[in-house]
Amino acid sequence: MSVVDLQRTCKPADYKSAVKPIWCPGCGDYHVLMSFTRAFAQLGLPPEQIAVISGIGCSSRIPAYTNCYGFHGVHGRSLAVAAGLKVTRPDLTVVVASGDGDGYSIGGNHFLHACRRNIDMTYVVMDNRVYGMTKGQPSPTTEPDFDTALSPGGTGLSPFHPLVIALASGANFIARCFSGEPNETADILVEAIRHPGFSFVEILSPCVTFRPDEKEWKSLVHPAPVATTNDPARAARRIMTDDGFNIGILYRGERRPYGPEFGAQAADLAELECEFEQ
Amino acid sequence: MSPKASLSIAIAGSGGAGALTVGNLILEAASAAGWQGLLTRTVGPQIRGGEAAALIRLAAGPVECMPDQFDLLVGIDWLNAHRFGSEIPLGPDSLVIGDPRGGDRPDNFAQSGARIVDIPMKEMAKAIPDGRPNMIALGIAGQLIGIGEEALDRLIEKQLAGKGQLAIDSSRAALKAGYAAAAGLELGHRLPPPAARSARRWLASGNETTALGAIRGGIRFAAAYPITPATEILEWLAPALPKVGGSLLQAEDELAAINMIIGASFGGTPALTATSGPGLSLMIEALGLATAAEIPIVVIDVMRGGPSTGIPTKSEQADLNIAIYGLHGDAPHLVLAPQSVADCLFTAQWATYLAETLQAPAIVLSDQFVGQARAAIDRPADVAFIGQRARQTEFGETYKRYALAANGVSPMALPGARGGQYTADGLTHTEQGTPTSSAVDHQSQLDKRRDKLDRFAYGVHWATIEGDGDIAVITWGSLTGAAREAIDRAAHDGVNATLIAPRLLSPVQPDQFAAALKGKSRILVVEQTHGGQFHRYLRAHYELPGEVRVLNRPGPLPIKPGEIHAALTKWRT
Amino acid sequence: MKKSDPRIDTLADLLAAAYRIEADAVARYEMLAEQMETHNNPELVKVFRNLARAEGLHAEEIRRQAGGIDVVAHAERIGGWRRGESPEEADLSAAHYMMTPWHALQMALAGEKRALAFFEEVVKTTKDNKIKTMAAEFVEEEAEHVNLVHRLLRNYPAPASSWARDNDPPASQ
Repeated sequence: MSVVDLQRTCKPADYKSAVKPIWCPGCGDYHVLMSFTRAFAQLGLPPEQIAVISGIGCSSRIPAYTNCYGFHGVHGRSLAVAAGLKVTRPDLTVVVASGDGDGYSIGGNHFLHACRRNIDMTYVVMDNRVYGMTKGQPSPTTEPDFDTALSPGGTGLSPFHPLVIALASGANFIARCFSGEPNETADILVEAIRHPGFSFVEILSPCVTFRPDEKEWKSLVHPAPVATTNDPARAARRIMTDDGFNIGILYRGERRPYGPEFGAQAADLAELECEFEQ
Repeated sequence: MSPKASLSIAIAGSGGAGALTVGNLILEAASAAGWQGLLTRTVGPQIRGGEAAALIRLAAGPVECMPDQFDLLVGIDWLNAHRFGSEIPLGPDSLVIGDPRGGDRPDNFAQSGARIVDIPMKEMAKAIPDGRPNMIALGIAGQLIGIGEEALDRLIEKQLAGKGQLAIDSSRAALKAGYAAAAGLELGHRLPPPAARSARRWLASGNETTALGAIRGGIRFAAAYPITPATEILEWLAPALPKVGGSLLQAEDELAAINMIIGASFGGTPALTATSGPGLSLMIEALGLATAAEIPIVVIDVMRGGPSTGIPTKSEQADLNIAIYGLHGDAPHLVLAPQSVADCLFTAQWATYLAETLQAPAIVLSDQFVGQARAAIDRPADVAFIGQRARQTEFGETYKRYALAANGVSPMALPGARGGQYTADGLTHTEQGTPTSSAVDHQSQLDKRRDKLDRFAYGVHWATIEGDGDIAVITWGSLTGAAREAIDRAAHDGVNATLIAPRLLSPVQPDQFAAALKGKSRILVVEQTHGGQFHRYLRAHYELPGEVRVLNRPGPLPIKPGEIHAALTKWRT
Repeated sequence: MKKSDPRIDTLADLLAAAYRIEADAVARYEMLAEQMETHNNPELVKVFRNLARAEGLHAEEIRRQAGGIDVVAHAERIGGWRRGESPEEADLSAAHYMMTPWHALQMALAGEKRALAFFEEVVKTTKDNKIKTMAAEFVEEEAEHVNLVHRLLRNYPAPASSWARDNDPPASQ
């Protein structure tokens, strides 16, 4: 994309790069990419002011498919990369993309602390309840009876509940989306990005290759029947008792985002050695 | 430095006796009087109330290692003192002063042949309202070293200013009593008078000078996960960084810490983290990412005994292998090692400069000894190394983040720069940064990352090379001071040796190394590892001429100058 | 969240919506063609490119029909669709790397039917006669498109149930 084309960017296409996705046709992540570009266009952000940070997995391929600054790091650490970037570059809009393996398993600890730290960024997890890139192993959100080569007969383990954990850990904005509704998802992403602090958006994004059953999600999802709350207790009750297909913004908190107090640049480096002087 | 050119004092005590406070006061007072010195501490595993000893060595000139023998040991008490008995070597010339009611004196102190003198410090302190035995010990040490009583008196007043007049008065009285009690005693030799001061005087630890050096080199962001013995670097940076427009973020673990600094550096802010062996192990994967994505970062590894949790409070040089070879894939990066408290300043600054210039991660292998030692030193000279990353701000149709530049360093776009959007990637990528599995791209990007490090002119700082003899003593890191002292002493015995201590461990410098070894017929390798890691590293990368001997030992006991001296002088041709 | 389709209050709104339906279809077919390119299904690349070309011609026709109204700009301003996608945007989640022309035409058929339904709804609900007349013309056109796809489908019968059988396992990355 040339510099001239970027002078006035408000079209979703302006946020898309020329790199062609390697996702399987039918994958929900195509829709998520669309939601990203639509949300960025709605926000009218210059693409160079956005950084899309990811780890490893199918979903983590998304930065290169955008025309933003991207970072495709190691498995599970995207939130840490994003924290370092946002704290030092508060002028940037930081969006982190992850999946259920990258974000909830290998990156689980960072998830807790990113919620707790409440740095102003948006964390999007494309949850397909399976490891796609390594061919279908169970992830923390996989159902206990999902039979795989690695877990014959199923894991027998209760799935991880990302929204409950996000709320308990202090996330300031919690939403659930369905990839198959890219406009609604884009609208929620816009809200998430605008909301100060750590915004967590879980997007149910079917894996057509290893979880063809997830095609059913289309008929299971439904808009959240109640309005967004700022009361964590109420949000907790809702999130813990809903059917997992409740789509919408489920919690919008009012915690102050984390931000370091920057000193005046004026201080002379020589001042720092004063304490060594005798 | 000959053994009589310095004076070494150990102060031992347990359970909050205040031995470490005494050590600090001695170093500070001696430094104010013009001497230079080094203070290390050895402590038990307890968080509070453990046995502790302060080890101080003073001289007219620079002090960069501990002595073969201590001249004076003052035991405020002897509880559990046997635990570090081997760390306080004594001889017939040594004087041991202890409280007869301070518990059982470890046998090895007396077996050394040292003179033993009893002074009832506890009882003397009791006679003074709120009197403390450690202040008596301070007076004893002050008297024997030859520090003016007024100097310590003033220091006490300054240090206790906030604690009320009673504390000051009682400490002064105890100090006075200590001076009086030691009045008739003499040490085996006297400390030569201090040289005239030519520079401003600093009192600092290696961890602190490391932190300052990093800031001077351009570091403006640090991510922190506490670990002994590196934490002081992070604690020093926490208030310092905001003063220069930077910031520090506490991470949830070392995995986060290293990825945070990668994120900050991706955004254009030179960034650092500090850790020790266990933390470095966790950071290795992301160091590979920084190598592949060409993101400059600085990781300070303050080495401690390993493997695993090892000995957190004691020094070793055994992280050499992981620092150089620990990354999977072919991952050229920078590895440097400071050689003294003063050199921590330079090396951290230079490492930052190199990382930024070469867009590569730099691991700085400091260690517990140099990191936690407090030194009285002349203020090191300023150097001009300030990180300047090659940046691109104007872009044509396609920006190639990883362009195959002649020197391997491709200018970097920073987020916010219009037209420079790219995705930094740990996947093998094309010049544009697009993931690929092509053999051609893989090879050319590997070449690029190797060449940018190999083709850079590092200049004279790559190693300390001193003296001219047919024996080369090759060592590194904090053992440099002991090797230098040994070579100096050997010269007096008519044995001439050359000191070669690489500050830049990776990339290796075969041409410079060969030049330094020209004409040598014998090589003595000195290192603080069990497995001889440094020797193997030298063998892997350099031609070692003639006969090669290795003096290696794991931590925690430092290799003493006398051991290196003996190895040199006993080596008959 | 969008609870309704774009409001059609003027002829310009209607023309813009019609234009947008076709333009979105083009972009979607192009995207599917790219997916098929990446996943080595050249037959489908051709089918989707042809569909994209056909929809592009329709879009161009509408732009001409609009005369002085800048439908391209106006289309940017009209609201989104109730289900998040404009009627002729082929369902991405129905794509498959081994899909056959029959599947692509089923996608197209569903899209044309949705467009037809959209314009029928406008005819039914608008109170403006001019809009009603023009919407009825669009209904006619879309009905013709539906017929066209049905005719094309005669050349491409439904594949055998084994169409998705892959002799190779998926590749881990």
